[in-house]
Amino acid sequence: MKLDRLLGKRSVSEAQARFAFDRRSFVLGGAQLSIGALLAGRMAYLSIFENARYALLAESNRVNLSLIPPRRGWIVDRAGKPLALNRTVFRVDVIPDRLKERKATLDELQQLLGLTADERDRIERDIDKAAGFQPVQVAEKLDWQRYAALSIRAPDLPGVQPAQGFARYYPDGAAVGHLIGYVGAASAEDYAKSKDPLLIAPGYKIGKEALEKTMEPVLKGKPGARRSEVTARGKLVRDLATRPDVPGNTIRLTIDRDLQDYAARRMGDNSGAITVIDLATGGLAAMVSMPAYDPNSFSDGIGRREYAALTSDDHLPLVNKTLHALYPPGSTTKPSSALALLEAGIDPDETVFCGGAMRVGSAIFHCDKRHGSLALAGAVVHSCDIYFYTMGLKYGANALAGMFRKLGLGAVHPLPLQPQRFGTVPDPQWIERKHKRAWAAYDTVNMSIGQGYMLANPLQLAVMAARLATGHGLEPHLMGPPRPGAPLGVNPAHVEFVRQAMGNVVNGGGTAAAARLPIPGVQMAGKTGTAQVRRITLSERAGGVRSNATLPWKQRDHAHFIGFAPVESPRYAFSVLVEHGGFGAAAAAPIARDTMTFLFAPDQAMKSLTALEQGWGGDLATRMAAKAASYKTTPDPAPAPDTGAPSDVPAPPDLAPEVTAAR
Amino acid sequence: MTLVPDAIRSLSWRILLIVAALGGFGLVVLYSAASGSIRPWALSQGVRFAMFLVMAVILSRIPERTWKAAAFPAYGVMLTMLLAVELLGAVSGGSRRWLDLGIIRLQPSELMKLTIVLAVARFYDLLPAGELRGVHALWPPALAIGFPVALVLLQPDLGTATMIAAGGIVVVFLAGVPLRLFAGAGAVLAAALPIVWATMHDYQKKRVLIFLDPESDPLGAGYHITQSKIAIGSGGIFGKGFLNGTQSHLDYLPEGHTDFVFATMAEEWGLIGGILIIGAFLLVTRWGMRVAARAPTRFGRLTAAGLTTTIFFYAAINLMMVMGLAPVVGIPLPLVSFGGTAMMTVLICLGILMSIERDGWRRRSFA
Repeated sequence: MKLDRLLGKRSVSEAQARFAFDRRSFVLGGAQLSIGALLAGRMAYLSIFENARYALLAESNRVNLSLIPPRRGWIVDRAGKPLALNRTVFRVDVIPDRLKERKATLDELQQLLGLTADERDRIERDIDKAAGFQPVQVAEKLDWQRYAALSIRAPDLPGVQPAQGFARYYPDGAAVGHLIGYVGAASAEDYAKSKDPLLIAPGYKIGKEALEKTMEPVLKGKPGARRSEVTARGKLVRDLATRPDVPGNTIRLTIDRDLQDYAARRMGDNSGAITVIDLATGGLAAMVSMPAYDPNSFSDGIGRREYAALTSDDHLPLVNKTLHALYPPGSTTKPSSALALLEAGIDPDETVFCGGAMRVGSAIFHCDKRHGSLALAGAVVHSCDIYFYTMGLKYGANALAGMFRKLGLGAVHPLPLQPQRFGTVPDPQWIERKHKRAWAAYDTVNMSIGQGYMLANPLQLAVMAARLATGHGLEPHLMGPPRPGAPLGVNPAHVEFVRQAMGNVVNGGGTAAAARLPIPGVQMAGKTGTAQVRRITLSERAGGVRSNATLPWKQRDHAHFIGFAPVESPRYAFSVLVEHGGFGAAAAAPIARDTMTFLFAPDQAMKSLTALEQGWGGDLATRMAAKAASYKTTPDPAPAPDTGAPSDVPAPPDLAPEVTAAR
Repeated sequence: MTLVPDAIRSLSWRILLIVAALGGFGLVVLYSAASGSIRPWALSQGVRFAMFLVMAVILSRIPERTWKAAAFPAYGVMLTMLLAVELLGAVSGGSRRWLDLGIIRLQPSELMKLTIVLAVARFYDLLPAGELRGVHALWPPALAIGFPVALVLLQPDLGTATMIAAGGIVVVFLAGVPLRLFAGAGAVLAAALPIVWATMHDYQKKRVLIFLDPESDPLGAGYHITQSKIAIGSGGIFGKGFLNGTQSHLDYLPEGHTDFVFATMAEEWGLIGGILIIGAFLLVTRWGMRVAARAPTRFGRLTAAGLTTTIFFYAAINLMMVMGLAPVVGIPLPLVSFGGTAMMTVLICLGILMSIERDGWRRRSFA
């Protein structure tokens, strides 16, 4: 046998086989013993050297440390009425990582909770964006029945978490939208930046806009913690210890909630802003920008259609027009120009003849009327451009610019709101720096009536009104101690002169008779402004300037009205802007009148508002709901961007520096 | 002369005590695993243990020659049953392992672990010593081992197949087959590894991969090993105390009463308990190997050593598995883990071992 030889076959005896067995079983026994020793060694290694590590792991298995998100601080108005508060809600989240069958689970949730297609769509997008372990809100503010139905099904739906929590609620909705902002779940980037586990706690929300965002450190509070023993399936065995959360601090604003609400409603369907300053403190009593988004819809997670509705609206509901939009102030600067001229030494009785137009260099500047001979007070009351052209040229651009700045135009007001734009008060140095050309006479002419390069936001106009009313450099603010400001260093007699002139604008046969308060004994002072947003060509002027009513909305003039009340001892100052509202006295003055009326005779103001709202088709909430409903029936829009800060701001109106008119 | 009857006195009392201690400790652990209750595990396990222990004692009265005579027929029956399982066995957990005989559910692969030892030992018992280095000494055992291993792999049950193969090969090794053949077979096996890998089921591959790096998937398939190591490691030297294990009681440890019962024990009894169990199994092994060394017949020697190694394999593979030294292969800790099959196999092994031991005594007393 070849193979046998190959194997080295030798004859083996019984004794040899026995010997082989003994030898090999000894080896086997040795091997068994070494394995036994290895096992004992491994056991000792695990339980002695690795004991600390594994004891910790066992403990972290056993003990579930869950964060209790702190209750967010309230935001209240000056009387303590809530503008933003928390409500207990029943909610449902999903943890994307733990979803076993995403589609089936979401189908079931949709059916159980009665979610709309729009909401389902929002959830799907949030899951795609989420960091995986980060809970995505499915629904909030569930009624008890749905919550109970879902809680029963939850154990069969891995990744679905029913929970109780707090939700932010803004009782005034859109009226405080731009002022208060809204809250939302932290984004994956937020979490990546801070690694704060609180950010991914279910239902925890951070400020995303306006005061909610800037005051986050104050409102946030400190999270509590709950240590509990849980089984591997997450079933609670017992609570070990609980450290309660420390709620965030309440922020008290200078805002008057009722006034804010009234002003927002009084804007109707207009696009614009109302700012009211309490002159005793410099605090902002109202700061309204309309139309606005309802912060409640953002805080709940906004649907795609609803967001598209906001972004596609030409009235720009995502833009805070009080701070983030700039307008030529137009004739609202005339009282300031008057004060500048008085300070520069003008004789208030010196007259200028207005023939309806005047030539400066090669251009012709118009007035809206032939006013005849006017002195300073008359020029303010009747808003005569020619007077200010003439006197502006006589006293120079720097005199005007200096006073404008003193009164707050072009100034940065450090409000805790972002973003802000601060506009321009041009002067010869500025134009050389910015436009590389010399200051020309027509620049002075434009500036004297608040046109040309002049740009201001509505807050600045309100500050200007406030400073004209008091002669003090008060600082506008939303919270904290009063800042009535020091005297501006202007002759009080001059301030009084301007105050009287502004009073006569409303009460003395001036341009804004429509703004006269319907309250006996309380008189309001004001000044209209109409800022042109389109160039009036020479040919059009020859054939007659088109009236605003015949123009498309976007080309109509902006209507301004600034003022204060009462005339004798001013208590409140304000600015009202109606974008593309046309003539200031017609569009803005009545809104200002009613808003001021509300401060002195609320019932009377409410009565007139109720009548108006009936004509508009219901109050603000009703009209917004109707609008949202109309969007829900439109076809699916393009995907919305991240529901963050509005990014588009209106471009500053294109202005023709050489041909302008103001009334 | 004495009050104790001879039949009782002649029992292998030392080994019976060690086994009873192991089984009893197992019941204590099962009592704790059920959060301090004799139901559902400790009671039924205790009844079963008592039954099988009595059975082992009875088996020990059967003379060695009966085992010898039964070796080949038993192998034939088991092989047939394995085939039957493959054809009509009950599917459980994705694999066919059980044969439902109406009264009991039998797992033939389990009994094959000891039958293969008997059969191979019987073969070398029959083989003249002169043939031991020839090729005829190799191919019949190779086939005898290969068939059942292949059938069990088909079930699929990698752990049991490994144990059947190991039990048979140990007997071949002890029979005195040339070492170079072992080296050669080892080389062939190493060369065949990639093929084995390719034919392995996904879950088996996953287990091997996870064994190599359990932390790679701590919540998935690596969970068993990770949690088991946490249970053992957190026990420390003296353990957390009886009924105080959190890993087992809060369900973090999967299979805490079956395959991972050692981890349940170690969490509460610590290193002390672990050394006791490892020590007890080493004592059983040492006793078995001594029985083998003293056995007067070739069949007795090979069978005793083979069965001892089978018991040892059980314990060693399970302990290596729970301590993260081997992949999770689903082999229980004999006498301690809840479940009847492994306990039955091990106690039959013990019965046969005791019978071989008695045979030795008898022959020596005659001599």
